[in-house]
Amino acid sequence: MKTETGARTEEAPSGAAGGPGAAPGRGRGARALDARSLVRPAVIAVLVICFLLFIPSIFSLYYVDAWTQVAIYSIVTLGLGVLVGRVGMVSLGQGAVLAMGAWVAARLLFATGLPFPVVLLAAGLITMVLGTLVGLPALRMSGLYLALITLMLAGAITVALATINFPNGGNGFTGYDGSTVHIPPIRRPSIATTDPAFFRYSVVAAILMFLLVLVHLRGRPGRAWAAIRQSESAALAGGINTTLYKLWAFALASFITGVAGGLVAGSYRYLNSLTFSTQDSITLLAVVLMGGAYSMTGAVVAAILLKFLQALLNDWGVSPDWLTILFGIGVLQVLTTAPRGIVEQMPKDLARLWRLLRGVAARPAAAREPAE
Amino acid sequence: MIEVSDLTVRFGGVIPLDGMSVTFERGTCGLIGPNGAGKTTFFNVLSGFVKPVSGQITAFGEDLLKMAHYRRARWGVRRTFQTEQAIEELSVYEKVGLIHEQSKVTGSSRREDVLGAIDFVKLDIDPNAKVRTLGAAQRRLVEVARAVVGKPRLVLLDEPAAGLPEEETELLSEVIRAIPEHMGALVILVDHDMSLVSSCCEVTAVLDFGRLIASGPTDEVLRDERVMRAYLGTEEVMA
Repeated sequence: MKTETGARTEEAPSGAAGGPGAAPGRGRGARALDARSLVRPAVIAVLVICFLLFIPSIFSLYYVDAWTQVAIYSIVTLGLGVLVGRVGMVSLGQGAVLAMGAWVAARLLFATGLPFPVVLLAAGLITMVLGTLVGLPALRMSGLYLALITLMLAGAITVALATINFPNGGNGFTGYDGSTVHIPPIRRPSIATTDPAFFRYSVVAAILMFLLVLVHLRGRPGRAWAAIRQSESAALAGGINTTLYKLWAFALASFITGVAGGLVAGSYRYLNSLTFSTQDSITLLAVVLMGGAYSMTGAVVAAILLKFLQALLNDWGVSPDWLTILFGIGVLQVLTTAPRGIVEQMPKDLARLWRLLRGVAARPAAAREPAE
Repeated sequence: MIEVSDLTVRFGGVIPLDGMSVTFERGTCGLIGPNGAGKTTFFNVLSGFVKPVSGQITAFGEDLLKMAHYRRARWGVRRTFQTEQAIEELSVYEKVGLIHEQSKVTGSSRREDVLGAIDFVKLDIDPNAKVRTLGAAQRRLVEVARAVVGKPRLVLLDEPAAGLPEEETELLSEVIRAIPEHMGALVILVDHDMSLVSSCCEVTAVLDFGRLIASGPTDEVLRDERVMRAYLGTEEVMA
């Protein structure tokens, strides 16, 4: 009926037939490229290890905690980046999804003796189910309407949390006891009870989440998402079940955000309904856009903007409200001049600055003389 | 072989397809008509993006309208779009293979299919090249490769040559002519370039205001009075 058109000269090497990711090899050229493409992961790995080892000894406990928040929130911004950047679905409900994860984890940590990683996993899975429900409107709506509906859901969840409050070791389903005088702190993993240890714990968890997302992006879902973002009808014409992959994106984002919620519970130790506000969801989108929704590095930059900058301003005694204004201007700037965010804009700007400086340095005396 | 009977589509007060009945037997068939005649709507019905209010479509013995839209592509309904759908961050290999990884074909036969399709459209480039690095004509060929990879049964080409210079249209028409033979699929070609249609298609159907006004051997159809009237308006203008 079909196929075998033209003579194919090269035989498919058995090793490369493992999947579409291992695309056609081109002999030595391909291998040289591989060696070069290993440099990047290696550099990242070294940086991360240095980060893990030295941050607690360089910084004060205050900043170690700030870096813990950066690690945790980079998972959240990564999840939102997948939705916004990779699939093109704008969700303003991720702050609420994070709160759900934190709630589930806090409840489990008080009510059970399960090991912390198991609780994180359970929080991720339960949040995945709930967050996918939040994503259901995405099947019918897109753009502004999806953003609005997810924002409404986030608001509803915030209100619900304000009513039933976060678990604080009480009994029953909610685990909240308003009369408790002495509130016990939320349990931390036994290997990471101190702040520096919990920092390392969070970074490792964040790395695992980043790897999970990386596997998705490099694989079949990543390519399907790229097709959906380009055009939904073209994706359908390509045999892609858009419903499945959109929900898959929401499920993945919710899972990692749920895990992050568990880490938030462990790092704050005391949660109340004011910990998560609806506005957080909007701020999250702002920093994701500023950091760069299209790349994984962008997620880290976004988390630094969100949490480290905040800690810095607090330390300097500047009101963190300035951040809201700063983020507003930042989003405006990103949307007008740098749609791919800081991660792609910074290197370009630095290169331009470097050229400028070199240009100034290259014409020294001759250029200045006539002026004097 | 695809049989369409009494197909009607309604968008509110607009009726882009009004009781269209047509049969495409085999090979490359043309579908022409003035702007707004309903050609793209017909493709959208075949792809499943638009639900008709009435009518039946039987494709190779199967009721096409009963099939979920994303399944149709895996079953063998393939298409290109009027507007380019390049997914820039993917490589040529990944893009052509997108449809394949949704179906059950795996491993080396998948590789072979994808490279075969790239070869078939005479794309002489590294399959690992990113789509964003390609020129307009090459991107068009990638779209065609995407439509013929694997086992297509029905290939819908919506103005594949629009905006291409003459030599490249020539190359493209060679590729289109070869699809039925090599890939075993029925091709329906929509285009306003009549020389492309007459060089590719033995038979052609003509739509006007959602109705089939003529069908048959391409050269006869193109000389048909009703067809000329549909394109040019009145008899006086033609004379």
